[in-house]
Amino acid sequence: MSSVNVNVKPDPTLNSQAAHSHEEEDHRMFGFIVFLLSESVIFFSFFVGYIVYKTNATDWLPAGFEGLEIKEPLINTVVLVSSSFVIYFAERFLHKENLWGFRLFWLLTMAMGSFFLYGQAVEWMGLPFGFKDGVFGGTFYLLTGFHGLHVLTGVLLQGLMLGRSFLPNNYEEGEFGVEATSLFWHFVDVIWIVLFLLIYVWR
Amino acid sequence: MSNASVEPRPNSQLDAPAPQPPEPGAPENWRRFFSFSTDHKVIGIQYIVTAFVFFLFGGLLAMVMRGELITPDADLVDRTVYNGLFTMHGTIMLFMWTFPMLNGLANYLVPLMIGARDMAFPRLNAIAFWLVPIFGVILTASFFVPGGPSQSGWWAYPPVSLQNPTGNLINGQSLWLVAVALSGVSSIMGAVNIVTTIFRMRAPGMGWFKMPAFVWTVFSAQIIQLIGLPALTAGAVMLLLDLTTGTSFFDPVKGGDPVLYQHFFWFYSHPAVYVIVLPIFGVFSEIFPVYARKPLFGYKVVVVSSLLITVLSLVVWVHHMFASGTPGWMRMLFMFSTMAISIPTGIKVFAWVATVWGGKLRLTSAMLFGLGGLSTFLFAGITGIMLSSAPFDIHVNNTYFVVGHFHYVINGAVVMGFYAAIYHWFPKMTGRMYYEGLGKLHFALTFIGINLIFLPMHPLGLMGMPRRVASYDPEFAFWNVIASLGGFLLGVSTLPFILNMLSSWTRGEQAGDNPWRAIGLEWLVSSPPPHENFEEIPIIVSPPYGYGSDEPLVSNNPKGTFEESAASTQIANLAGEAN
Repeated sequence: MSSVNVNVKPDPTLNSQAAHSHEEEDHRMFGFIVFLLSESVIFFSFFVGYIVYKTNATDWLPAGFEGLEIKEPLINTVVLVSSSFVIYFAERFLHKENLWGFRLFWLLTMAMGSFFLYGQAVEWMGLPFGFKDGVFGGTFYLLTGFHGLHVLTGVLLQGLMLGRSFLPNNYEEGEFGVEATSLFWHFVDVIWIVLFLLIYVWR
Repeated sequence: MSNASVEPRPNSQLDAPAPQPPEPGAPENWRRFFSFSTDHKVIGIQYIVTAFVFFLFGGLLAMVMRGELITPDADLVDRTVYNGLFTMHGTIMLFMWTFPMLNGLANYLVPLMIGARDMAFPRLNAIAFWLVPIFGVILTASFFVPGGPSQSGWWAYPPVSLQNPTGNLINGQSLWLVAVALSGVSSIMGAVNIVTTIFRMRAPGMGWFKMPAFVWTVFSAQIIQLIGLPALTAGAVMLLLDLTTGTSFFDPVKGGDPVLYQHFFWFYSHPAVYVIVLPIFGVFSEIFPVYARKPLFGYKVVVVSSLLITVLSLVVWVHHMFASGTPGWMRMLFMFSTMAISIPTGIKVFAWVATVWGGKLRLTSAMLFGLGGLSTFLFAGITGIMLSSAPFDIHVNNTYFVVGHFHYVINGAVVMGFYAAIYHWFPKMTGRMYYEGLGKLHFALTFIGINLIFLPMHPLGLMGMPRRVASYDPEFAFWNVIASLGGFLLGVSTLPFILNMLSSWTRGEQAGDNPWRAIGLEWLVSSPPPHENFEEIPIIVSPPYGYGSDEPLVSNNPKGTFEESAASTQIANLAGEAN
């Protein structure tokens, strides 16, 4: 339909043709999934790099360093993985139009994500090696940092969605924002599981 | 057929004072090309024109290099300047010319060809385009920083790329990396958009096997972008960290692994060749049927071979690293996979030849460029198979043979394919005809120029002349002089093209909807197509390329009811004439 039509007065005969114009399907979720699949290749590349470095290295760990502590990261992992279930329930509440249930569980997810980030920061502070200490230090901070950025993005997106849930008529055009944030959160979670196995479990 | 012809619907054309389509090239509408437009057709032309400007810039750098190489001594420019020249030439030609140019073609044509009103995400589309001039400026700015632009070649292999003689944080190499990373962001945005559009927005009746071959090839190419590009991004991020923060991912002195970078780089950058060449295969598949008046030979096999190329292209990258200490088993494996990829490619070449064979040929500029591109591509394919063989590749590794080979692909097939596409769709984009005589002159100069510059590189490579050097042994002088003359001729060849485009766009003859009597959705709407393309979404009832058959392509009239009878007659006429 041409832009000139904007000036045309509504005409009853137009209705028969109305179907042809602007009922645009929502392609955002499809596009977002395509994006996430592509994004996963970056992580995959980093993982492959890590595996290549680790299997080829002669002195993998920095001198005087025995290996990473696994206890705190494990707690962190449990929290992050559980938050994937919590966000799922939040979404369920939204589908049932229970807004306060949604907000409560959504906020809980945010809290768990923030706890994870805090735990990560505490771990970083206590480590005896830095970003520049060989490929071990480099890949460790690169992987956890790049993943941490994604967690931070997820928490910020969740904050945005929480704020928007207070806007009137926010969900009239669908729940894409919430669904995409939730999918992103699951994605970040799955990446962490692989990352945890590679960095902390694989000795 | 809709019943709307019985009850006439108010049509904008009746009410609007201005004629529709707008006067092509009229002064009141050129400004939209400088605006943040979300119309895929405007963005398509923005991409193409921006990319072409960078093509001229990259070509100018190449001509300075050929000027340097016309004598054996390094006398025209300083050696470090020469390093910067070939690095920037390669980078500009790939990241600033071919990718944006092809995204422009895809942007313009895909929604029209699949019967959509626009891309799936028009705003994302505009952002992806406007990143192009931004990273173009960043890349160009590296000429003006202390130390000059990156000198490590367009591969940016460490440890060469990790040298930072000036010690500045902002140096040629870091700007290069930022520009390439931004180019990646733009390409991923484009790829998400195009893939979603093709998947979700095809008109009713347009099943996968009714899609034009160009759409298939764009789809296959964009899948490669989605899978491959993140690997390059990962490598570029690590390289940038090495360069700026002092990590040791790729620095062998500190325990890093420079060969890993090569894997990251080529995992994307080899498939990137197919990102570039696949849409050009699509252009060939579109153009030959039109000017041979025959259906595309083996349509289904041709389109499926695009997907096969996509899959295979992801497992051939190590053939760039035969000389990088690659283990023997890997050499063998990648040698065979590289040879295997010539099979789907060869299928396409045979299909095009069979399409042209026995056809009623019209040698317009578009067809000439199509045939020229096909022949240079065939030549590049033959040297490509030679190079896929590990022993031969090691012999000519990093010589001019390789340079000649890939320039036959990129300047031969891709640039000529681009010209073919522009001549073919120029009437659709502008509503005007180009001047055929200038087009043919352009073809003659380009075809001769390309062969004159790149053919001599093959004997040079076999004689052992290394690439990326500013001076050489006098025994190589003969072929280098010929190549340089060809290079200057190639530079001159762009002049008739630019003249033709500018003058035709402003004062060429009116083209009408379908000057080539081509079959395809884009030819059913006016030239240039109206905003949102289709008054009525077309309903596709036939496979593409129905030359010589009496079947109409669509069951309704996408231009709306206004000129319904005229268009259906036209379709019937077309089918008749093709017989």
